[in-house]
Amino acid sequence: MTEPLIHVRDLVQRIGSQEILRGLTLDLFPGETLVLLGKSGGGKSVFLRHLIGLMRPVSGSIVFEGQEITALKERDLEPVRRKIGMLFQDGALFDSMNVFDNVAFPLRERGEKQTSAVREKVAQALAMVNMGGHDRKMPVNLSGGMRKRVALARAIISPPDVILYDEPTAGLDPIVSDSINRLIRHLQRRLSVTSLVVTHDLVSCNHIADRVALLDDGRIRFLGTPADLRETRDPVVRDFVDGRSGETVY
Amino acid sequence: MRLPSVFSGLLEPLLGSLGGLAMLAWETACSIARGRVRVWLTLRQIAEVGFGSQLVVVVTGAFTGAVFTAQAYFQFASLNMETAVGPVVALSMFRELGPALTGLMVAGRVGAAMTAEIGTMKVTQQIDALRALAVNPVDYLVVPRALAMFVSMPLLVVECVGLGVLASYYVGVHVLAINGVYFFANVQKFTEGSDIMMSLIKGFVFGGLIVFISCREGLCAKDGAVGVGRATTATVVTSSLAILIANFFLTMALNILFPAGQR
Repeated sequence: MTEPLIHVRDLVQRIGSQEILRGLTLDLFPGETLVLLGKSGGGKSVFLRHLIGLMRPVSGSIVFEGQEITALKERDLEPVRRKIGMLFQDGALFDSMNVFDNVAFPLRERGEKQTSAVREKVAQALAMVNMGGHDRKMPVNLSGGMRKRVALARAIISPPDVILYDEPTAGLDPIVSDSINRLIRHLQRRLSVTSLVVTHDLVSCNHIADRVALLDDGRIRFLGTPADLRETRDPVVRDFVDGRSGETVY
Repeated sequence: MRLPSVFSGLLEPLLGSLGGLAMLAWETACSIARGRVRVWLTLRQIAEVGFGSQLVVVVTGAFTGAVFTAQAYFQFASLNMETAVGPVVALSMFRELGPALTGLMVAGRVGAAMTAEIGTMKVTQQIDALRALAVNPVDYLVVPRALAMFVSMPLLVVECVGLGVLASYYVGVHVLAINGVYFFANVQKFTEGSDIMMSLIKGFVFGGLIVFISCREGLCAKDGAVGVGRATTATVVTSSLAILIANFFLTMALNILFPAGQR
């Protein structure tokens, strides 16, 4: 059996007095796209931030390519972060730079000095996310979907082994959401990257997932294929899939 | 007030802030020592801190020198000591007013801007994006600003002092009719290289206080736009108070190295 690329065991995180993650255990296998579903505010994004060392757990372990990363110091995390790209919920583009400089940023920071090589790679990355011709625009002049595309181009310009997507379709209309979903699928096929997508968008989940996990009450409640999700009889998962809040109608 | 509540209410946050500042300064020094210096960003920050502060420093220096000269003249004229106005203004500008006023103006102009910029990056996840792209925020954001401040502040202080003395000469000699030869000779007689050294050292220290307080407040900003506003206010208040307090202790310490009144 294939060894997991990321191996998460008994992850616990508290913010203030609230326990966000209560012993989360999950494996991510090379080349797969795993979609992590869950309620808003349920700790999905918090979990994602742990995988790249932006947050440290209270307890538990995260092993990436055989290396425990929860105890690594900030500077020792840099080699790990070079292998993991992350798409933030709002893109997190650097607003003092235009699209070209945002996308070129990882290349320049990794020592690429040749202007022609940078220009060529940026053009390729922008073309891959259908953002060619927008390279002189500032982030403030881009729509939500465009910002996410540019952020994705920045995440893939130095091809990572893993891409973490934090709510890639949140706040987008169905058409733009569909184009982002296609993009995620396309990148997975073209670059063979392992993807972990955090979302509560079931359409997106059905479109891109190889496996689906559902986070509930700080733990993984369900893990299976999209077909398993559709057929599950677990009442909590069913409520999520059917969109039932369980509240009384006023 | 009982001791534990004094500790948790006042001392604990103060010690926490001082510890945080010391850690940031140490991390910045380590980054510089390891050669993690981005020359282009540093030059841009020098332009922002140094060139961008020209107007406030010029106006502050010139008008402080001018008003101090007028006031000193009004007091000294009754004692027939008009020619002492020059050295009094020059020494005050070199040793106290130049560095302190430049520090306060730069804290208000540059420090606030640094906190607002870094704080906005923090609350919009841009600093997380930097970290996710394997770029250390101290290397990328703090080191260029610290180097720029350490280069620019002493020069701005010298500029402020120089303009203060020039304005003093203009007001004293051309407006208040003090004898120009005596004015110039007395300034030369009573000011020394050690006074310039004192200016430069104070400028350097105040620059350090401003940049580390500003960057730390920005890096610790939270709670969106309100939090950035709060951090920016905290930067101006804390930097200004730190400059005024440090100025007293620096004056006492530097007076041992460069004693005043030994001429």
